[in-house]
Amino acid sequence: MSRIAGAIVHFGALDTLSASGTPLHRLDPRAKVVTTLAFAAAVASFGKYAVLPLLPFALFPVALASAGGVPFGLLGRRLLLALPFVVLVGALNPVLDRMPVSLGPFAVAGGWMSFTSILLRFVLTVSAALVLVAVTGFHEVCAALGRLGVPRPLVTQLLVLHRYLFVLLEEAGRMERARSLRTFGGRGRGLPASGAFLGTLLLRTWGRAERIHFSMLARGFDGVLRFERPLRFGAAAVLFTSGWIALFLAFRLVDVPRLLGSFLAAAAP
Amino acid sequence: MSHHLVIADRLHFRYPDGTPALTGASFRIAHGESVGIVGANGAGKSTLLMHLNGTLLPDSGEVRIGEEPLTPDRIPDVRRRVGMIFQDPDDQLFMPTVRDDVAFGPLNMGLPPGEVEARVTAALRRTGIEELAARPPHRLSGGEKRRAAIASVLAMSPDVLVLDEPSAGLDPHGRRALIGLLREFTHTKIVATHDLDLVLDLCERTIVLDRGTVRADGKTREIFADEPLLASCRLEKPLSMQGHWGRS
Repeated sequence: MSRIAGAIVHFGALDTLSASGTPLHRLDPRAKVVTTLAFAAAVASFGKYAVLPLLPFALFPVALASAGGVPFGLLGRRLLLALPFVVLVGALNPVLDRMPVSLGPFAVAGGWMSFTSILLRFVLTVSAALVLVAVTGFHEVCAALGRLGVPRPLVTQLLVLHRYLFVLLEEAGRMERARSLRTFGGRGRGLPASGAFLGTLLLRTWGRAERIHFSMLARGFDGVLRFERPLRFGAAAVLFTSGWIALFLAFRLVDVPRLLGSFLAAAAP
Repeated sequence: MSHHLVIADRLHFRYPDGTPALTGASFRIAHGESVGIVGANGAGKSTLLMHLNGTLLPDSGEVRIGEEPLTPDRIPDVRRRVGMIFQDPDDQLFMPTVRDDVAFGPLNMGLPPGEVEARVTAALRRTGIEELAARPPHRLSGGEKRRAAIASVLAMSPDVLVLDEPSAGLDPHGRRALIGLLREFTHTKIVATHDLDLVLDLCERTIVLDRGTVRADGKTREIFADEPLLASCRLEKPLSMQGHWGRS
């Protein structure tokens, strides 16, 4: 139970943050969505051994999190949740790819470089996405996606998914509590019980979906979720988007750490 | 005003698995009436309500809203006129914020933005939840969710308000506030519930449903005084009419 209840609190924390009113929160959501997408594209565009050139990109999530009052600890915990999957993706790289790659004066096995690169890209892009939701709000992100031309059914699904994830988690929490109260000495915990548990949850979800659909129809739903937000892409939004994208381009084209290194080397006696 | 009539004429309905839910239910509700539909679990209350706005269509018999039968092509119009409030407000509040949810119906009706705005504000004020407008529905209490669900239907200005177990899950204060709120709605009200005290407070007329058909239809006080009838329908006199500890 506590784990599921914890997940609800966990999940709600980003929502709570998105309700605060820093200037960054008030910025047109489209500006933030487009900039974050450009950020992800820039980070993804590097070669597979890139590690050092990626580092300057950390500026974007760090700057946004500070301006939007998003605690780094909160981001860190969420990153840790997803980390095992990423480690699994890259885990074999060091074993399979032993080609030496030069790293300054050293030579490192290519697999380790690509593994580090995967981890770094993961941290950068996922933290940027988390910060985006925390400083914008999930439904504002959806509204922006809709206005940017993402197909309506997809936006509708995202919105409804977000809304009912809480209901689903609460439902699962109640069922888990009911089960644990009648579980003794490990009996009633194994695979068969879990199967029945998930089956019941699925059926309940199904029933719920049907009732929601009825209630949508009762209020004239015709397949389009009308969802209006007065959006204004003002000067601040233009400045924000173009400024960051220019910076991403610069980071992409100029190897900043190397440049910095050579400056330092030149300055050294 | 005949266009506010709600008529059920010998409704029969069987669920796909063969369970008979309605077996010839008939009644006629005039404009401005406030009618309680009571019955034990499984008597067919919810099924009956779902026939009143075309969510379900009867196997035989017909529903008439106004003078004309409810046919598939009239469903959009009927859904605008018959506002349905579901038993679980979580089923009804599916939009990201309370305001979005209240605006959902009016936007689907194709009203101009100014009119939508006016209706949303009026509905929020009427239900006393203006300060909750920007909140996501999953952050509301049970009573607040119920109010938001009612606001979302009031914003469509229905002629008939249909409520399924409106007092379920409310604390005494919330229940009392709900009764006050519903009293202010002067158009036709149809309330399905087994909270007989709620019916006593709100409805001058009661229809008793038993195994899919109408067992009794008349003045609430008279029906609730008929103990043999109530017992045979697996119901009990409301607490407030049980003399030794009630109000009467």
